[in-house]
Amino acid sequence: MTITKTTQQLIAGLCALLFASLTFAAVNTVADYDYPIKDRFAATVVGTPEGYQAKLPESIPFKSRSIVIFPERVTPDVFFYGHELLYSVALQDHEAPLIFLIAGTGASHNGSKNTNMAKAFYQAGYHVVSVSSPTYNNFVIAASKTGVVGHAERDAEDIYRVFEMIWAELKNEITATSFNVTGYSLGGFNAAFVSKLDEERKSFNFKRVLLINPPVSLYNSISLLDRMTQDIPGGINNFDKFVDKLMRAYTSTYEESADAGGEDFLYKTYKALKLKDEELGALIGTSFRVSSASLVFTSDVMADYGYIKPKGLTLNRYSNLRVYNEVSLRLGFTDYYHEFFYPFYKAEEPSMTRDQFIASMSLKSIEEYLHNAKKITMMGNVDDVILEPGEIEFFPRVFGDRATIYPYGGHCGNMNYRDNVAHMVAAFTEGEIQ
Amino acid sequence: MKSILQGLSIPVLALALGACSSGPQPQEQAESYPEPIFTAKRLLPPEQDDLDDLTAVYDPWEGMNKRIYNFNYHFDQAVFLPIVRGYETVVPKIGRTGVSNFFNNFEDLLTMVNSALQLRPKKLLHSTGRVLVNSTVGLFGLVDVATAMDIPRPMEDFGQTLGFWGTPQGPYLVIPFLGPSNLRDGLGKIPDAYVQSTVKSEVLSEPVDLTTTVLYPIDTRANTSFRYYENGSAFEYQMVRWLYSTKRKLDVDQ
Repeated sequence: MTITKTTQQLIAGLCALLFASLTFAAVNTVADYDYPIKDRFAATVVGTPEGYQAKLPESIPFKSRSIVIFPERVTPDVFFYGHELLYSVALQDHEAPLIFLIAGTGASHNGSKNTNMAKAFYQAGYHVVSVSSPTYNNFVIAASKTGVVGHAERDAEDIYRVFEMIWAELKNEITATSFNVTGYSLGGFNAAFVSKLDEERKSFNFKRVLLINPPVSLYNSISLLDRMTQDIPGGINNFDKFVDKLMRAYTSTYEESADAGGEDFLYKTYKALKLKDEELGALIGTSFRVSSASLVFTSDVMADYGYIKPKGLTLNRYSNLRVYNEVSLRLGFTDYYHEFFYPFYKAEEPSMTRDQFIASMSLKSIEEYLHNAKKITMMGNVDDVILEPGEIEFFPRVFGDRATIYPYGGHCGNMNYRDNVAHMVAAFTEGEIQ
Repeated sequence: MKSILQGLSIPVLALALGACSSGPQPQEQAESYPEPIFTAKRLLPPEQDDLDDLTAVYDPWEGMNKRIYNFNYHFDQAVFLPIVRGYETVVPKIGRTGVSNFFNNFEDLLTMVNSALQLRPKKLLHSTGRVLVNSTVGLFGLVDVATAMDIPRPMEDFGQTLGFWGTPQGPYLVIPFLGPSNLRDGLGKIPDAYVQSTVKSEVLSEPVDLTTTVLYPIDTRANTSFRYYENGSAFEYQMVRWLYSTKRKLDVDQ
């Protein structure tokens, strides 16, 4: 990365932060909203403190299962464990509507967000089928046709295939009265394209679709996240010192606390730490970087593209991956976009320019569909950290009343907040004949 | 993360190095392949060696460790997890909690001993208080009264005691059946196991002692949420290695 590019990104990042607060007023947000964390970065990192969370059952029969998507695929030995796609289900013992959940970037079918959503929908009487994000290592290995993920339409096709194959097995066990789909973050973005694909394929005829904190433009969002990594004090080469500092603060809090782990604990730590916004941003960026590093390497191996691994080189389960780990941690997602993702798909469609490609990886590219598809609703936060200034306006403009914008919550920080969980469920059950 | 780490060490099964299979040697000849777009030369600081890595851990035995890691994964899938699932089906939740409390009481005993060895009065007080309360009012440790009384639960083992007195972690070590460790902590398990087994055979009748020996690894695995290759990282070996080492460093420091 050249110095000029970095400087430009930094300036753009600063502008984004400076102007972000000015744009909040442009969108109507939900009134009487008591989510407690008003700082957008803190909300994103901390989530929802326990006293504010929705009351959900402690445990539900949420079981992990696996399915082979591509039986002929020879899985590279370095990913020997990933041949079968893992997913989770929570099934009612009577006929019921079914909801598919799609996880966000780098997250799994049984990560904490999907698990909480599964509880909410299971409690509301739904069969729940939860799948990992197409950017999750196991999904890339087992279920991505090209291995090169992050593509709006291709990911939707992969997800749709997975839904169809899972349903082909489940239909022997359960009866579904309707099909529905939701997802958060990138999963919300995926849900929009999956819904559009369903209009052609008609395997499910989705009844309702909910997009939770989706990005508008993938490129804008990954650029924002890449810039946050640059907020690590001293840059990525001081990553270990930064993490060390955080971990020390974290453990000093957990010494006092009986139960380290939950969002309540994070909230306490956050209050004790008094982290600056840049540091919180760096933390968000770092977490994104760790998952994107893994993703980029996985894609490179699956497609044998020669991005960080020499093309043609076969790795096995004992191979030393040190260099790939170190190199990929130092690469932004925008690097992947320009040097791997775009060239890979341009090879299929040589006339496509970089700008056209970027534009196609956006909800704007299906704006008309989203505007007319009354079954789709969305919920977002005006202070979402993965949206460029002003981007939030896209949702009320396109969805009208079907968009609900909360005044706080950052990126997905309020997903466990009681009002939001109630909203999520109501988006599917309201008007439903009981 | 705490849950990943705390249970990876299951200090009851004996060390048995027999089972690590010897697969093909993974010597990559990168020279014979075209250079990728982003090479180490282009991205990493010049003269960076593996100890300058972002997630550096001293691991001279990586080849052997990876084979043991792989063995542990297969053992976990084929033997350990099925047993745990059976245990969870057969024994009701309240019984399993009692079993966990019982073993935690013996862990508190280790914390007591090691806090004494580190001359740390606060931790010694807390762990002693816990053992006394739980062994009596708590019916031989089956009920965790101490936690209900808000007595904090520090955790100290002999590896930490060695670390406290200045012993470095030494090379990273994956122990068969038990999982991630390092030379210091691995050796530290021996005196810990000795103390525990001595006390156990002292206070428990032989059949009970034998039963607990069988139950301990099952209970520990049941309380460990870690599942191999389900955390989404393509670099799991490195990630676990780094998390383990960092956690142990912080454990010693605090």
